[in-house]
Amino acid sequence: MKFRAKINDVGCLNHFTRVVNTITKLTKACVLRLTVNNVYFVLSGKVANGGVSMWCELLQVNFFDEYQLEGVSADSNEICLEVAPENLSRALKTAQNAKFVKIKLTKKHCPCLTLAAELPSLSSVSRVVTHDIPVDVIPRRLWHDFKEPSMPDFDVSIYLPPLKTMKSVVDRMKNLSNYLVVEANLSGEMNLKIETDLVSVTTHFKNLGNPPWADDASQGGGQSRPVEAMAHARVDIRKLQQFLNGQQVNPSKAMCNIVDQRIVHLILLQEDVSLQYFIPAVA
Amino acid sequence: MDCVSTGGNVKVLAKAIHSLSRIGEELYLEPMEDGLTLRAVNSSRSAFACFMLSPLFFQRYQAPPDQAFHCKMPIKSVQAVFRSLSSLERSVEKCRIQMNSEKSRLTITLHCKHGLLKTHNLSFQDCESLQAVFDKESRGNVLQAQPRLWVDTVLHFPPSLEEVCVSVSGERVWLKNHVEDDADPSRAMMTELCLSSEEFDHFAISSQNSITFCLKELRGLLTFAESSGLPVSMYFDDPGSPVVLSVSDSVLEANFVLATLSEDSHQHSHSNSKAERCKAQPPPDDFMSDDMDSYLIAMETSELAVPSYEPAPHPCSTNHRARLSSTRQEEEEEEEEELLDRPPSKKFCSLFFGSVLPASTQLTSQTTRSQEVLASDSEDEGEKE
Repeated sequence: MKFRAKINDVGCLNHFTRVVNTITKLTKACVLRLTVNNVYFVLSGKVANGGVSMWCELLQVNFFDEYQLEGVSADSNEICLEVAPENLSRALKTAQNAKFVKIKLTKKHCPCLTLAAELPSLSSVSRVVTHDIPVDVIPRRLWHDFKEPSMPDFDVSIYLPPLKTMKSVVDRMKNLSNYLVVEANLSGEMNLKIETDLVSVTTHFKNLGNPPWADDASQGGGQSRPVEAMAHARVDIRKLQQFLNGQQVNPSKAMCNIVDQRIVHLILLQEDVSLQYFIPAVA
Repeated sequence: MDCVSTGGNVKVLAKAIHSLSRIGEELYLEPMEDGLTLRAVNSSRSAFACFMLSPLFFQRYQAPPDQAFHCKMPIKSVQAVFRSLSSLERSVEKCRIQMNSEKSRLTITLHCKHGLLKTHNLSFQDCESLQAVFDKESRGNVLQAQPRLWVDTVLHFPPSLEEVCVSVSGERVWLKNHVEDDADPSRAMMTELCLSSEEFDHFAISSQNSITFCLKELRGLLTFAESSGLPVSMYFDDPGSPVVLSVSDSVLEANFVLATLSEDSHQHSHSNSKAERCKAQPPPDDFMSDDMDSYLIAMETSELAVPSYEPAPHPCSTNHRARLSSTRQEEEEEEEEELLDRPPSKKFCSLFFGSVLPASTQLTSQTTRSQEVLASDSEDEGEKE
């Protein structure tokens, strides 16, 4: 098992740092899955993390100038590591003006992802900072937990309003309730609602548009669904807030799929990054 | 005592108070003929800080006629006077500090713009003089650099990190985070930074040592050094003997004396005997090698790096060696049971506080009456007879 990558370009470094920072805001620990073409940050929906799952996919060539990978074996040429994204984020933060950053899988006192950065200095000799981030290598028999989640058989898919607007609404609703109802229909309307004994608040968004999902197979009963009918899901408001607060990727597209009473599936798309986040509905 | 400082020096004074507040709860104030000293010590007596402001620092400086005047007060109350640095900079034109020993009041008057006067009356307690016994000039290793370099270096380590390990060789300096023995090494992120000697203004190494000390106090001194733009010097020797961080210019001098982590006495004697047999390995040049075992061995045998590196043994080292050995003995008594199960015991040697005669109140005073204090004793005044 070998992994080695290098970032020379400051733009790529910043971009990668922003992605890692976004992940850091979403979870304390996640799985870093490295394949020949992609880098993934994965959180599988365990009860321990509130049933939330995450799938973030990066195209390796868009971030790294050098990228060498030798997986577990020839037929499964990939590596799965459990890592605390916060460590990675902290290491990248101290390397912001680096001439280059190298990331390597190393065997130190424990398996580590070693991030070495060469920093500009006052002398002819560069400063070198290395961070050994401890990781757990995930054995192959557990890999099935970290496969790409299938697109849920959603009832409604809708584009999200500007995330900043949504964030300020959710931030205020958070003060009133612990749960929030997300509902949307196929005519571009979405509502964010809270209902408590004392107060009910609803924010209405209109003309958001519904993404044209090319293959309607996944939409299941969508054909027969009346366009005005709302699909709704009640979710833990903190999970939604975490998602809205943390994101630093400035997506070109942001969408939300709702499986009625089951799940809210959020998708952020950028040319070389995609982030999917699944929040389970609560009764 | 009556002294007046003006303009930018008020801010320097304020920064000094803020730095001291990172060390201890109380400010020890001692006006003397050759300047005003401000001191603090932490509760476990492993860190001591002293600012010496010469009479030239002040526009007017008048020491009390009675020489042996010392007092202490809660540092929080002094800090409150100088709380907002930005407003101090904007509005305060001069600051007058008066001591009234009859009324037991320290009066700090801030003369602000538009004739506004702010007067703070602080009560104080009489106390004995507080002085750590140290001699930075005799230290074998000296690193001096601009505050920017130190700040940039410290930035790489997380704010939560308590201790940092500094290792030196002929042309490089390594900084690593120190992980406690009982912490799970597989969970902690290890950071290591390597600096070239060229980045330092002054770089004199006579023994390739590794020392471990608290970052908090270094950070405290750095905020002071950064605002005043003064270079910071680090003087140190063997692990276990204190490191002195120092900042000075023509009108002021600041010394922070910090205990360093000592190695276990058993290990020490063992490594000494080993020292005679084998040649020491200098710290590996490859920054990537970070094996904990080899790293520890490098620390233990670092003493014998002296002969291989510099033919003549360091002239002043005997003094420290003697002091160290006495400390070691006490530790041995304290930790006999612990010796067996954990090889490198975590232990900061407390600093040595001696009673200092008024006549010899220089920073470098080594008095025969000096006594060591190992236990933490917050009520201790530093005078042990």
